[in-house]
Amino acid sequence: MSEPLLKVRDLRKYFPIDSPIPFKRSNQSVKAVDGVSFDVMPGETLGVVGESGCGKSTMARLVNQLIPPSSGTVEFRGENLVGMDAKKLRETRKSIQMVFQDPYASLDPRKTVGELIAEPLVIHRIGDKASQKKRVLELLEVVGLSHYHAKRYPYEFSGGQRQRINIARALVLNPDIIICDEPVSALDVSVQAQVINLLKELQRDYNLTYIFISHDLNVVRYMCDRIAVMYLGKIVEMGTYKEIYENPKHPYTKALLSAIPKESPHDNKERIILKDAVPNPINPPTGCHFHERCPYMMDICSTKIPQLMDTGNGHIASCHLLEEN
Amino acid sequence: MSNELLKVENLEVQFKSGSTVTKAVNGVSFTLNRKENIGIVGESGSGKSVTATSLLRLIPSPPGHISGGKILFEGKDLLTLSDKEMRDIRGNDISMIFQDPLTSLNPVFTVGDQIMESIKLHQKVSKKEAKQKAIQMLQLVGIPAPEKRLNMYPHEFSGGMRQRVMIAIALSCNPKLLIADEPTTALDVTVQAQILELMKKLQDEFNTSIIMITHDLGVVWEICHKVLVMYAGNVIEYGTVEEIHDHPMHPYTWGLLDSQITENIEDHEMLTTIPGSPPDLRQEIKGCPFAPRCSYTQDICFSKAPEMVEVKEKHFVACHFQTKENRLNRKERSTHVRAVVKS
Repeated sequence: MSEPLLKVRDLRKYFPIDSPIPFKRSNQSVKAVDGVSFDVMPGETLGVVGESGCGKSTMARLVNQLIPPSSGTVEFRGENLVGMDAKKLRETRKSIQMVFQDPYASLDPRKTVGELIAEPLVIHRIGDKASQKKRVLELLEVVGLSHYHAKRYPYEFSGGQRQRINIARALVLNPDIIICDEPVSALDVSVQAQVINLLKELQRDYNLTYIFISHDLNVVRYMCDRIAVMYLGKIVEMGTYKEIYENPKHPYTKALLSAIPKESPHDNKERIILKDAVPNPINPPTGCHFHERCPYMMDICSTKIPQLMDTGNGHIASCHLLEEN
Repeated sequence: MSNELLKVENLEVQFKSGSTVTKAVNGVSFTLNRKENIGIVGESGSGKSVTATSLLRLIPSPPGHISGGKILFEGKDLLTLSDKEMRDIRGNDISMIFQDPLTSLNPVFTVGDQIMESIKLHQKVSKKEAKQKAIQMLQLVGIPAPEKRLNMYPHEFSGGMRQRVMIAIALSCNPKLLIADEPTTALDVTVQAQILELMKKLQDEFNTSIIMITHDLGVVWEICHKVLVMYAGNVIEYGTVEEIHDHPMHPYTWGLLDSQITENIEDHEMLTTIPGSPPDLRQEIKGCPFAPRCSYTQDICFSKAPEMVEVKEKHFVACHFQTKENRLNRKERSTHVRAVVKS
């Protein structure tokens, strides 16, 4: 088996909370990402799912060091990005690019599309003006736009087209890995399908690796090879998409899957309706973070934190129910 | 009492800006019975929300105005009512839930104030009684410790909780009709399931009819009895959910159903998409609005607009080739135009 492209070990990010008393330090913090470990293999797509506030997006930002982690390591091609000196990090980051959720907010309205796509090349001083222009036109074609679009401004484009521009920006430096943070959530279904097809084609043509963050479970199943389910800053279950969808182990994963809307009016879906919403991350429940909402709660759940256990087929989950069997 | 609650006939809404006129809604007709739910689906810009907001005459005017048609609510044409009569209907007989629960609640008033506002406006009750009613409503929508929550501000609530508050406000006067404009789009799947469950439960309790605007067909299968498929301001297909799901007829509906990601899609199969993008409504559309994106077109599609035809009982389609006499053969998924991203 080949070496993983990205190796994340025990990654943590605690955001301190402002104390209500001015100038006084608070010792409370939000544990946005709390001990996350995973590998990403070259050419694969790792999906990350979970409810809002579970730390998906924070994790994405930690992986390419947009925010410094509190502890843990992120190894890219064997080199730890955490604590790497700024110059070298900048060089390495060329290979790790991001596509953000909101296609409206992530493009500078005062730049033309050509300037936007060329920006990474300018920043990294790659090529002269002419070769940069050539590369921009090349990429416009790759993402399904036309050459004349280079002279236009973002407001002239629809949401789907803007997301194509964002993808072109991410591709311009020939990255190895692209972190997609909810890239299709803001789009209509028919447009969503177009963007997903584009991402799939690009993966095939350029041998890209994706970390694909989404709360749409249907999209994740379609896009991803492996899936990590997050809950309150922790990965509670991870495995191949087949394992996760056909043989979910963690009660939270089961509830998430049962909440997917029906596929036809004739479906009679058994629903596991979860109570309440995600608990306050400042004061997470003791023991298993999920126990207050879990339909299978046992005594041990409120006292002891379950560990991730291997259940075979590269499938891991953290639940006390699994330990019993 | 007739069973028919709402009848919309040929509704037309236009927006004027300078010399350009945008025809946002172009002759929408449907009927809604009591205790019945109808879903309105379509892409952004297809006129779903404009249709729904004009039912309550909430279209900002100018630039918008309802240029034609009738909205018969229990036999009364809402378009002929005075502003005062209309205010009596809003929030009382017909109420609305909007997509974004954060922007639709007022941040400087407590949740209790906002629920009590519509109760006090429409019912002759004392402040105390209104407060009691508000507590009862919060309890009904499943908010724990309602007495305490009543004095809290919207920012202290999560997205799902805010949407529950919106539902509590909307249902506080026992409306006959609830218009829900993408009520679950901004929410997580788990919370979406909770909210849909809640809406179903409350519907049984209050005998309310619901107009559900959404672009998620899953939500439609979940709670609606009928569906209206809109495209570029026109209704292009209309029927019961079972009919639309099992025997869709309009090529646009086919495209919409095919671009959904379902369990049956095989690994690494490309998704089917609808090529192109919706037309610019500022320009006069000649012929069928979907024709430029349709893979079944013939000459007539570009010159003559198709009429709505009742092809089967309670199944209406607007397509030249889907009539009582003619039928189109739906192409196999794989032969659809696909991977159009490169075109």
